Amino acid sequence: MDLATTLVTGTGFWNPLAWILGLIVAFIIAWIIYSLGEKGFKQGTAQAEPFISGNPEPEKGMVHVRAGNLYWGYMEALKGYYDRLVPIHTGNLHDYVLWFLGITALFLVLVVVFV
Amino acid sequence: MIPAFIVENSPALMIIVPLVAAFITPFIGRISHGIRSLWVGGAMATTSAVTLLLAFDVYNAGTRLYVFGASAASMALPPDSGGIPIRIIFEVDPMSALMLVITAVSGFAIVLYSLASEKSHSGLESYYTLYLLMITGILGMVSTGDIFNFFVFLEILSLASAGLIAYRIDGGVAVEAALKYFVLSTIGALAILVAIGIYYGEYNALNMAMIATRMQFSLLDQVALVLIIAALAMKCGAVPMHFWTPDAYSMAPSSITALLVVASQASLYGLFRTVFTLYNVTLNAFTVGWLIIILGILSMVVGVTMAIPQKNVKRLMAYHAVSQTGYMLLGVGVGLAVLGNQSLMDAFGYMAMEGGIFHIINHAMYKGLLFLTAGAIFLRIGTYNLNKMGGLGHSMKWTMIFFIIGALAIAGIPPFNGFASKLMIYESVFVFNPIIAIIAMVVSILTLASFVKVFHSIFMGPKLPEYAEVKEAPMPMLVGMGILALVVILFGLFPNIVVESLIAPAAHALVDQGAYIGAVLGGA
Repeated sequence: MDLATTLVTGTGFWNPLAWILGLIVAFIIAWIIYSLGEKGFKQGTAQAEPFISGNPEPEKGMVHVRAGNLYWGYMEALKGYYDRLVPIHTGNLHDYVLWFLGITALFLVLVVVFV
Repeated sequence: MIPAFIVENSPALMIIVPLVAAFITPFIGRISHGIRSLWVGGAMATTSAVTLLLAFDVYNAGTRLYVFGASAASMALPPDSGGIPIRIIFEVDPMSALMLVITAVSGFAIVLYSLASEKSHSGLESYYTLYLLMITGILGMVSTGDIFNFFVFLEILSLASAGLIAYRIDGGVAVEAALKYFVLSTIGALAILVAIGIYYGEYNALNMAMIATRMQFSLLDQVALVLIIAALAMKCGAVPMHFWTPDAYSMAPSSITALLVVASQASLYGLFRTVFTLYNVTLNAFTVGWLIIILGILSMVVGVTMAIPQKNVKRLMAYHAVSQTGYMLLGVGVGLAVLGNQSLMDAFGYMAMEGGIFHIINHAMYKGLLFLTAGAIFLRIGTYNLNKMGGLGHSMKWTMIFFIIGALAIAGIPPFNGFASKLMIYESVFVFNPIIAIIAMVVSILTLASFVKVFHSIFMGPKLPEYAEVKEAPMPMLVGMGILALVVILFGLFPNIVVESLIAPAAHALVDQGAYIGAVLGGA
């Protein structure tokens, strides 16, 4: 690969064109495997309809998993963290100002002490 | 080819053009909406062209000095001034030039987008006037070599930004967000003004180069430093002073949110300019460097973890903006922490700074792009609520493609630009402190997880009946998004060219305090 496209990062390097070449090879291999698959599939026929153990297909709006239902497990696992973090974001301007003044005071102490 | 007059006066022209155009815009709007669109588009195109011309000149010929009220740059020190540069001076070094490039590209892409996205709204004479004033403020902040002049441009930017955050009103919620932004900006500006007063009282100068030569790092200088760091860290949305960011970013029109990202980065520039140019090795670089690193870590972690549970796509993106700012603070903070130790600077300090600075331009492009895609979606379905979205990939294919590009870039997925700058930060920070580098990588994984959720919620799934009639975004909006997407892709594919030509000169210019001072006091 051309050195002009290689980013040297001090302890390593990165060449995006080599990465893309690898991606193209991977896509070609994937396409070859795909083309060896079932030939009888026909788009737009009953074959393409979802099979839900013989039950009727729900309305379109009902099958989409909404954002509120995603990462429930993650939120549960970190409940303790979020129970502390979210209430800090009060939306109250007085709190915003206090945080700013508090951090300014803290920085002042640290900079003066560790001068 | 290009008249010498334009090249020579480009620092002044890039301020004058948007400033004058801003105040003429309301009158042009009285003639017709179409002519106003042409006027605003033309003004922004001219501003961007002049700005890019100046940046190109700086990268080719070195730091440019422009002395207002003097016939030549060599008049920076008037003979009867006692050796003090008393005039307002613009000093555009490669670091400033990088910020100019960001503003020129983003400003032009966003104005194109706005011509379609805001078409159906009233009060556009105020919108475009304030937009051009925001551009004026940003360009002035990143170009000036005079600290009081920096304050003036910061105020222009803050006032215009507050007006535009409140632009949609939205039952008063947008006005409340603007009020929060305005109050905090005013308090921050007052802190900066007090710091400027300290410098003026101590050193009898407002020129940054002059203050830098006389810097003693006395107790008063320490107070001034803290006031400026705290104010500008708050303005760029660093945790724990980030609270205004989700409020303001989510309530402003998406085009303005994209420009607010650039505005935040102008504040970040001010912070870096203060610590590196005004103080440099006179301060305790280790202590101040670590303060900035801690702000960076907090911003990365709190930003991304607050983003994940959000249901409003723009609040989610706003928290990600906070998180990404953390990477910039981390990279440049590491450089600052080892400033003065040449071997450590050579080993990883410059690389960390280059990573942080590269991330500034990358973030402006991909985060701007993401906010613009959010605006396109809002234009078509009228909500930012992720719980109400779904299946839009069927009808908004180009918007989806642009979103994918922005999302992969912000998550640091190769080969997009976010990966290149994050890689530079990871590797250099790993040498400095492996734990911080691991935290940065985990934050990237969480960023990806968050955007997978957003992508699924907005674009995946069957076409929903309520959005059966939804169409793709208008062409000017797609062109605006396309410009930013193109930059994201090109910077990702050729990172080395960008780093060598734009980023490394910027990082070295920031560190090289002597060169900055010499340009003014040597009368370059």
